[in-house]
Amino acid sequence: MILDSKIPEGPLAEKWDKHKFNVKLVNPANKRKYDIIVVGTGLAGASAAATLAELGYNVKAFCYQDSPRRAHSIAAQGGINAAKNYQNDGDSVYRLFYDTIKGGDYRAREANVYRLAQVSVNIIDQCVAQGVPFAREYGGLLANRSFGGAQVSRTFYARGQTGQQLLLGAYSALNRQIAYGKVKMYPRTEMLDLVMVDGKARGIVTRHLITGKIESHSAHAVILATGGYGNVFFLSTNAMGSNTTAIWRAHKKGALFANPCFTQIHPTCIPVSGGYQSKLTLMSESLRNDGRVWVPKAVGDNRPADQIPEDERDYFLERKYPSFGNLVPRDVASRNAKLACDEGRGVGTTKLAVYLDFADAIKREGLEKISQKYGNLFDMYSKITGENPYEQPMRIYPAVHYTMGGLWVDYNLMTTVPGLYATGECNFSDHGANRLGASALMQGLADGYFVIPYTIGDYLAQNPTARVETSHPAFKEAEANVQADVNRLLSINGTRTVDDFHKALGHIMWDYCGMARNAEGLQFAKQEIRKLRDEFWRDVKILGTNEELNVTLEKAGRVADFLELGELMVEDALNRNESCGGHFREEYQTPENEALRDDENYTYVAAWEYTGPNQQPVLHKEELKFENVKLTQRSYK
Amino acid sequence: MAGNNPNSKPMNLTLKVWRQKNSKAAGNLETYQIKDISPEMSFLEMMDVLNEDLLLKGIDPVAFDHDCREGICGMCSLYINGRAHGPERGTTTCQLHMRKFSDGDTITIEPWRAGPFPVLKDLCTDRSALDRIQQAGGYISVNTGGVPDANEIPIPKTIADKAFDAATCIQCGACVAACKNGSAMLFTSAKVSQLAMLPQGQVERKTRVENMVAQMDKEGFGACTNIGSCAAECPVGISLENIAMLNREYIGASFTSENV
Amino acid sequence: MSWFSKTFSSSIGRKLLVAVTGLFLCSFLVVHLVGNLQLFKGDGGASFNIYSHFMATNPLIRTMEIVLVLGFVFHIYEALVLTRRNKSVRPVQYAYNRPQDNSNWSSRNMGLLGTVILVFLIIHLYNFFWRARFGEPNMIPIEGTDYDDLYSVVVQSFHLWWYVLIYVLGQIALGYHLYHGFSSAFHTLGLNHKKYTPAIQKFGAFFSIVVPAGFAAMPLYFFIKDVVL
Repeated sequence: MILDSKIPEGPLAEKWDKHKFNVKLVNPANKRKYDIIVVGTGLAGASAAATLAELGYNVKAFCYQDSPRRAHSIAAQGGINAAKNYQNDGDSVYRLFYDTIKGGDYRAREANVYRLAQVSVNIIDQCVAQGVPFAREYGGLLANRSFGGAQVSRTFYARGQTGQQLLLGAYSALNRQIAYGKVKMYPRTEMLDLVMVDGKARGIVTRHLITGKIESHSAHAVILATGGYGNVFFLSTNAMGSNTTAIWRAHKKGALFANPCFTQIHPTCIPVSGGYQSKLTLMSESLRNDGRVWVPKAVGDNRPADQIPEDERDYFLERKYPSFGNLVPRDVASRNAKLACDEGRGVGTTKLAVYLDFADAIKREGLEKISQKYGNLFDMYSKITGENPYEQPMRIYPAVHYTMGGLWVDYNLMTTVPGLYATGECNFSDHGANRLGASALMQGLADGYFVIPYTIGDYLAQNPTARVETSHPAFKEAEANVQADVNRLLSINGTRTVDDFHKALGHIMWDYCGMARNAEGLQFAKQEIRKLRDEFWRDVKILGTNEELNVTLEKAGRVADFLELGELMVEDALNRNESCGGHFREEYQTPENEALRDDENYTYVAAWEYTGPNQQPVLHKEELKFENVKLTQRSYK
Repeated sequence: MAGNNPNSKPMNLTLKVWRQKNSKAAGNLETYQIKDISPEMSFLEMMDVLNEDLLLKGIDPVAFDHDCREGICGMCSLYINGRAHGPERGTTTCQLHMRKFSDGDTITIEPWRAGPFPVLKDLCTDRSALDRIQQAGGYISVNTGGVPDANEIPIPKTIADKAFDAATCIQCGACVAACKNGSAMLFTSAKVSQLAMLPQGQVERKTRVENMVAQMDKEGFGACTNIGSCAAECPVGISLENIAMLNREYIGASFTSENV
Repeated sequence: MSWFSKTFSSSIGRKLLVAVTGLFLCSFLVVHLVGNLQLFKGDGGASFNIYSHFMATNPLIRTMEIVLVLGFVFHIYEALVLTRRNKSVRPVQYAYNRPQDNSNWSSRNMGLLGTVILVFLIIHLYNFFWRARFGEPNMIPIEGTDYDDLYSVVVQSFHLWWYVLIYVLGQIALGYHLYHGFSSAFHTLGLNHKKYTPAIQKFGAFFSIVVPAGFAAMPLYFFIKDVVL
């Protein structure tokens, strides 16, 4: 298989405009003859569904939650980047492009990233027109802040809930189309298989989570916008229901999976408190603008924070990275927290945490100012931990937050399956090996509002309007397979719960394929995952039937897919003999413990092909060509 | 293993949980004993522990809605000891922690109760009526593309902040659950007043409020009698003022709009 | 449905009617209270009887009487429709409910309070209004003219302890009803403002204490003055 990224010819800045002119258009009168399925209603899905319906296509949108407004985009706190240069501080489309490529450690496609930076400005306009209440200055114009170590203030924000406000904007646009009848909404419905007819994606099979009904839906194209797969680690900042099932089953039907091992670990999360822990809560990394990260200098120092004198504290980020200090990128901050804990200098009862201290900031700016800036985050922290961060330092620890990997897509966001698209976090395209803060929301909305509406038309215009009935044998076969999988799960009647398996998988992934990886550990993890998967299919305990709301059955299906995906992530991590971004291989580091890239051999996208159960996946490489930026070693010293 | 307080002792609790097979079946409160609950657990983690326990005993686990578990998606619900989202103010059930309870407590857990929120199973209810109210007009009719530059619409910060306060609604339905009348006025008013305050919302201002109120009534929610339980139990603190604003908007629109 | 009936059959429209009629009834309470203060004049009821005569014969007052009756009818009818509708919204009640943690008792019990007031009103109307209008009270000459001696009817009624008790209880119910109702009516009309709402709420509280206290003072005054002392 040759991976054709379909990047348009011409200078970087003109590629997208040129491409928009070159794509084929669907006649307005014909748009109503095309049906499009959108799976997932977060930023990428809701924006795509609404926009495609506005254009005149018939859209069917699916989400597993009870309302499209609950998709996990809603939990994003910090903000959304856009190259508006409203602050006159030297930002530009090119600078946002450059920062994103560099932040991604040179493992993203130039053309995609440039387009992302270009349309970023349209996103803000669109959201404001929808009534999204971004933060404003007293003069009534939009406010910006610097975020995640960026040297310019290009982040638009809505208090600590930018994700919710942007999603409500997209949700309102979606609602308008639902009211018009152009979008048919299917909440509490989970996609369980992709249906292909004549080599093209023509529909999906779903299970209704309340009635258990297994149903087919046919369309001319299918868009997956199902988010990230961070829950493969069991504990992550993802929602409890976030899963890989839709993209994994598409992968099994032929869509290549790119860079699965690129996982972002976010440094400022509330630490795990016990084995019952069900998820991790992230706090916006804006906290690092004023908070100072430290651990005791001495190993095994069990004194409470306030009894450790200043000269016995190690502000390790400030010490190691004098110019960026506490504002180093996420991967660097996370890895250093892990290092400190590995050395036995962690704090709290679990020793898996570092301090984030606001005492100096409060002394400098006053309690009130700090409370204005971070009040809601401090409240959240004290609600969860029962501690008061105004009086004692917060304890933080890194947690799995975002997955840069995902289905491989070309410039048009089409996967290797014709007619199957992937948008937002579930594709691999824009963030390389590490995503910059406030860029996830940007990518989700860019894909949904401004990219897919153009590129999908190009595909549809070249395909006939004839519909495929769901009585087609391909649908019947897929339905039968889904039913068989469900039956198989229900018939095991073992002794271990689904969560038990999920936690076991999470431990393997976190220990061997988490913040730091090495070949030996990865080899071991691969064996362990296989063993665990065998045991799962032998010994998982699921009660009840398919024809009801059966939470355990739902979870089992998702965990079964995680158990397969986990192995592929390990495989990918093992293959990539370099350190880059969120992928840190202990064997490949500089003498100062920084990530050591191998541009000579690994400047490619690793796209994996599924070859069957327990079969070795096949690696396909898409070479990355950097024509505009020079590859340099990231340095935040 | 406690995260911050090594002295916090595990608790034993009695749970009375509403069990209902499906929307048609009759339900009842079942009593379960649960042991060794850490005060550091969230309420839903306590429910997870209960469910693992039930599952291993061969009893169908308790179904309850939840997703983000960080207080923003609005999917979690639960009427805990007579209160929507439990005893702590300004907190969703997923952010409620067991340190708010004491060893030996009995905790009664029921689903949201309202005709427009039928129970689907156990503690899960169907809140799609709220979506339909939004679909009736909770939007500004702009298509993607062709909109003015974001800074061409200046908005005074005070107005923007007030609109923001209204926009923080997470659509959990606690207002309906807590209201003696099962009224969805606080929910509806949050969206109406957010958009009525913003310049972008002016064009459809009258039609929006008329349509959203009509849908709210059609869904069978009760009428507001200004009791104020809704705002008191709202996990994100949506203010009762929004209801006054909705009243004003609705009365004004009814008498002045061109819709006859 | 016409826009008019659509508006006034909506939940907000009906509530609007309750609020408007409620505020109108509040204005009646003020007039009624101020007029009846003449009971305290200590002139053997002369001013009160002249005032009563004026109220019963003045054409404007008689017209307003019809408006007042309509005010009551609408207030009660709309409140009844809303209460019934609201009751039906929750077919399955909570097994365990603690509304006292999130709201005032009076706010939750406007229907109950209203019913108590209605019962009181019927007793009150029967005893005074009905007897004044359709009964044949004694006549009393004041400054050469014969007047119905309603003052004596009032004084004698308030010598009965149980009758006084009914009045006091009725006024307590009215107090609670007004405590929620007064400011709530402004809320329903959408009249809220950062600057004025606190004043409205304070005035509402003041109103809900002073007006019922004024009314309750009348039976208590005569009972204490004539019976206790």
